Amino acid sequence: MSDLLTVKGLSVDYVTANGGHVRAVDNVSFSIKEGQSFGLAGESGCGKSTIAYSLMRLHRPPALISSGQIIVGGNDIVHMTEKRVQQLRWSEIAMVFQSAMNCLNPVVTMEKQFFEIFRYHGITNDKRVSRKKAEELLSVVGIPAERLKDYPHQYSGGMRQRAVIAMALALRPKLLILDEPTTALDTVVQRDILKCIYDLKKELNFSILFITHDISLMMEFCDTIGIMYAGKIVEQSSSKSILHNPKHPYTYGLKNSFPSLKGEVKYMEGIPGTPLALNAIPVGCRFQDRCFRSCKECFTMEPEISTINDGFFYCHNPLKVG
Amino acid sequence: MKEEKQTILSVKNVVMDFKIGGKSPLSKKNTLRALNDITFDLFKGEALAIVGESGCGKSTICKVAMKFYNPTSGTMAFENKDVHKLKAQELKNYRQKVQMIFQDPFSSLNPLHDIYYHLKRPLKLYHPSDKITMKKKMDEYLTLVGLVPPEDQGNKNPHQLSGGQRQRAYLARILSVGAEVIFADEPTSMLDVSIRLGILNLMNKLKRENGKSFVYITHDIATARYFADRIIVLYAGHMVEWGDVNKVIVNPAHPYTKLLISAAPDPEREGFVELPVLKDKESEVTVWTPESKGCPFRSRCPVAQERCSKELPQVREVSDGQFIRCFHNS
Amino acid sequence: MFKGDGVYMKKIWNSNIVRFFRNSPKTSIGAILVIIILFLTVGASLFTSIDPTNRFDNEYHSPPSNTHILGTTQLGNDLFSQTLYGGRVSILVGIFAGVLTVFLGIIFGISSGYFGGWYDNLITTIINIIMVVPNIVLLLIVAALIDGVSPFLICIIIGLTSWPWNARVLRAQTMSLRNREFVYSAETLGESKLRIMFVEIMPNMLSIISSAFVSTIIYAITASATLEFIGFGNPLSCTWGIMLFNANKSGALTSGAWWELLGPISGIVLFGAGLTLINFSIDEVSNPKLKAQRIMRAYYKVKKAQAKIIKKLSLNNTRMEG
Repeated sequence: MSDLLTVKGLSVDYVTANGGHVRAVDNVSFSIKEGQSFGLAGESGCGKSTIAYSLMRLHRPPALISSGQIIVGGNDIVHMTEKRVQQLRWSEIAMVFQSAMNCLNPVVTMEKQFFEIFRYHGITNDKRVSRKKAEELLSVVGIPAERLKDYPHQYSGGMRQRAVIAMALALRPKLLILDEPTTALDTVVQRDILKCIYDLKKELNFSILFITHDISLMMEFCDTIGIMYAGKIVEQSSSKSILHNPKHPYTYGLKNSFPSLKGEVKYMEGIPGTPLALNAIPVGCRFQDRCFRSCKECFTMEPEISTINDGFFYCHNPLKVG
Repeated sequence: MKEEKQTILSVKNVVMDFKIGGKSPLSKKNTLRALNDITFDLFKGEALAIVGESGCGKSTICKVAMKFYNPTSGTMAFENKDVHKLKAQELKNYRQKVQMIFQDPFSSLNPLHDIYYHLKRPLKLYHPSDKITMKKKMDEYLTLVGLVPPEDQGNKNPHQLSGGQRQRAYLARILSVGAEVIFADEPTSMLDVSIRLGILNLMNKLKRENGKSFVYITHDIATARYFADRIIVLYAGHMVEWGDVNKVIVNPAHPYTKLLISAAPDPEREGFVELPVLKDKESEVTVWTPESKGCPFRSRCPVAQERCSKELPQVREVSDGQFIRCFHNS
Repeated sequence: MFKGDGVYMKKIWNSNIVRFFRNSPKTSIGAILVIIILFLTVGASLFTSIDPTNRFDNEYHSPPSNTHILGTTQLGNDLFSQTLYGGRVSILVGIFAGVLTVFLGIIFGISSGYFGGWYDNLITTIINIIMVVPNIVLLLIVAALIDGVSPFLICIIIGLTSWPWNARVLRAQTMSLRNREFVYSAETLGESKLRIMFVEIMPNMLSIISSAFVSTIIYAITASATLEFIGFGNPLSCTWGIMLFNANKSGALTSGAWWELLGPISGIVLFGAGLTLINFSIDEVSNPKLKAQRIMRAYYKVKKAQAKIIKKLSLNNTRMEG
């Protein structure tokens, strides 16, 4: 399987009021193969949403891509012209945002919103053809065709998210980015929608970049998982390895933050402390304040990359096997 | 060997209707029944979880308890007195004893006042004394919730604290009021994952060491099991299953509870799970009106019978301490 | 009940306002203009020893000279001292009208936004009725009925006719703040409604209130000058508007006596411009997007400067080597 998307050394900065900058994403590299589902997990402030927006160059000032490459189909998105990027958006990479109401125009019917997608990308200018295509897409996600004439606020929360997914898949993109698609929804609806996405993935064979903080959900759905902390990917591996054999103490701590429904109820701690504020980055490993396995080097040097069979991690004192 | 359990809050047959519709006198008004026949007792020093999806009415129970609404029928009694008929001094006493934590830590503290202000107001209103005693008490509460050193944290403004610290500050405020019953309306859902358990552990500590009672409202069944002693599962304003938390979660008897548990994320699970639910027009919670009949879950229930659309099931005890409202297997 | 809260009010004044005025060139220029004009008018006796009502015989309509910095009117009054002393009245009228408007706007706006129900409906109806009546027309009618109004009366009339706009804005803001959790928290604590409205909610709207206050001052000064210019003011008083009225009556423009208009016009324009500049910055406080634009502009400036320095250094290097 060839690489669909390769990110090399991407760094994104946020410019602050006094002319300085805060590095939200620091030298991140990963790649997604065709038909693979890659998950990025992390808490608030780790930079995962920033990466998602930067992949399509949707980031707004004060965010700036300061270095790195994002290679899709042999071309580097960072250095493309604005026109070329606009063509690429939605037809090759599409995104489903966290809250559907954030990306649906509340005063325009769903039918018209689909029409605008088709018209803008030159698929069709005919309203009837567009309506037929839209009905097909909505039926794929399980929304009856007569709802096409409604406004977004007349849909329920789960339906809206499904409609947004249908819109994202309208042009059959090769990569679908899901930025916390189900955080605002209940568990039953959440599972419904994710199943819908994965059925579509099997049928249309696109890759998925799944961004969320719910690592237990991610382990069920993704092949490869990257764990982010304070702007860096601290561990990346297959979901089975992350589940049974986490190497980085942060991964272990994250897993330990989700009480289970089976087995006995025992005291769990999560991770002490709070996520790192990016304007006060310490010398050495960024996780030092909260780590239960910190050693002397952690306070002086940033850890080097260590590769294992299906991934890598950055840690001076990783957890051992088992 | 059951210890004497003291009931502190008693809810009997509470029904809550809302009129929805336009504002003008000419528009049609519909009645939405948000709560139907809610009955439970809260014991001193225990944590009761109320679990359900959005729209099931769990936040409404909270608002009725905090007297934002008056129930359409039914009573809520605190220390054997009807809450919605209290006046003057008894009302003040109720307000002091029963408090609420909100879901959004970013707007539950006034952004212009520092933390000391948030603790000082309750003390001034309910436990007035001289400055030194009040400062000592405030520092004590801040230390108890883990905001140390109290001097530094107390002088900070809310925007200088993280989400988890803000929830802790809010708990300190509730302690300074002197509340005995705390309604926690999804206190951790807007916090980072790694600090959620910290807040739950703190609430647990307050329960065990200080004897506070909690009503923990959430949609996350796993944390309900971690923190609570008993659990109520709500659907469309009805209590469908309730009882001891381990019994209900490990051996669910009601089809809706079974659905909730199989929908919760389980990383050890291989492959995809088929949810035990019928595909309805919308896979979201049904809307209930006073005219609706039968069991609210019938349109999505995989084992629904004829009876289920005609009569509301009666309460049945499935095992010791576990109750459901269902006709199946009766 | 408000005593202990003087502490936090002082904190706000000390930290935000001073930094605020130093922050951007717009605000600084605005502040300087306003301060200069206030200084000139309030300390009028420091700048001129001439009494504005004093008529100088033999110096009718004389252009600016050493003794009369701005020249004299047709009746021989010194224009400079008239501008300064007249400015006092005009500005005071503006300020008091602003105070009255904002005071009524706060009381009615916040209370109707907080309580809702029939009270809100009543106040909104009153607001709508008063807003429909055009302000200037109402002023003209009242002025005609009373046959010439003193500046004080103008101030009252402007205040009573402009408060609805303010009230509406404050009501909208109150309604959005009213459902924030800290208001519910104060209610569950058992705080009195008055305290919640004016100690919890109102301080969160200070930027809107100050912006409304500044806007109303500008409007009031202009409106009072308009009324007086048309002839509805009190011709015996000395304000900028009356100076314009006199100038018009004496045909200043046609006879080329431009100095008669210079004083009042520059007074109104400069003071209004200064206040408007300050208002822009108040807007920035409530609208962070505007701030982001400013930050990005500053960033690009710094980047350009750095690039220039690097270029210079490399040129120097080549020169040294060459």
